[in-house]
Amino acid sequence: MSEQGDSAPADIEPARMRPRQKKRGMVSRVVGVFGELLITAGVLVLLFLGWQFSLNGIMLSNQQASDADSLAQNWATQTAAPTPTATQPSAEPVAPSTFQYGEPPTLATPGNAQEFAILYVPRFGSDFKKTIAEGVDPRSVLNNGGAGHYSTTQMPGQVGNFAIAAHRDGWGSPFLKINELQVGDQIYVETQDGWYTYTYRSSEYVTPYGVGVIDPVPQNPGASPVDRLITLTSCNPLYIASERVIAYGVLTDWTPRSAGPPAAIAGLTGA
Amino acid sequence: MYAALWHILPGPVWVRILILLVLLAAVLYALAFWVFPWIDDLTAPVRDVTVDQ
Repeated sequence: MSEQGDSAPADIEPARMRPRQKKRGMVSRVVGVFGELLITAGVLVLLFLGWQFSLNGIMLSNQQASDADSLAQNWATQTAAPTPTATQPSAEPVAPSTFQYGEPPTLATPGNAQEFAILYVPRFGSDFKKTIAEGVDPRSVLNNGGAGHYSTTQMPGQVGNFAIAAHRDGWGSPFLKINELQVGDQIYVETQDGWYTYTYRSSEYVTPYGVGVIDPVPQNPGASPVDRLITLTSCNPLYIASERVIAYGVLTDWTPRSAGPPAAIAGLTGA
Repeated sequence: MYAALWHILPGPVWVRILILLVLLAAVLYALAFWVFPWIDDLTAPVRDVTVDQ
């Protein structure tokens, strides 16, 4: 009935059955291998990006959570007296404390890359919990997925500026949402002595050389500090990092370990 | 390249597929736990988050 079926000449059939020619030209073979290598390279790049932003981030976040837990557990079990106040020059006048539990104690300067505090920022996520280690070296501190403390700046609770840095485009992206902080948001820093409650106040965008943001009085070098500030620095714009995004907070409260954690993070602290 | 790999593998098709899957898993594991961390470390200082002089 159909023309296609019947009209095919009979002598075509054997030709179709012939095995395909095995030999390919040298050029064709080289081009083929080159193409496969290019495809493989492309797949590897995509895999690396997937690893960097997903798998590695998840592993670092888990590591951070377990590091923070073991730090908090150590602090909870040790009943040692508060560490002696570090001898830092302070222009602070002796005035009645504005804090419920009196003057916040100050940690002695920790060793390089040592994790000495835990950072809680509910605005960054209800389970946000990262360690703060001494120094801002990428390899030994920041690439572990936590925050790093500018070692030239003050310690938590001190008059002056407690300045920390963290990634927001990889390595767990701890400060991913640094631009979403709202005035009045709480930033908690836990040390062996207790919990320092900072309240977010303002942000600023500077160049990578804007070191004024970590001065005791930000952008006012030489001025004698009165406030107890926290400064968060990270890169901006996301994935480009030609600028730095800065978030400032001021210490509004502090709670000794014996009094228990602030209600907002009570479920997060400890193991 | 990949065609040659397929021809080198012994056994029937399902055995070859099995071997390829195992090879693929091994390659992915090596990438995730050795190669990518190494590259990551090489490129560590590129995306900086700190203010500096």
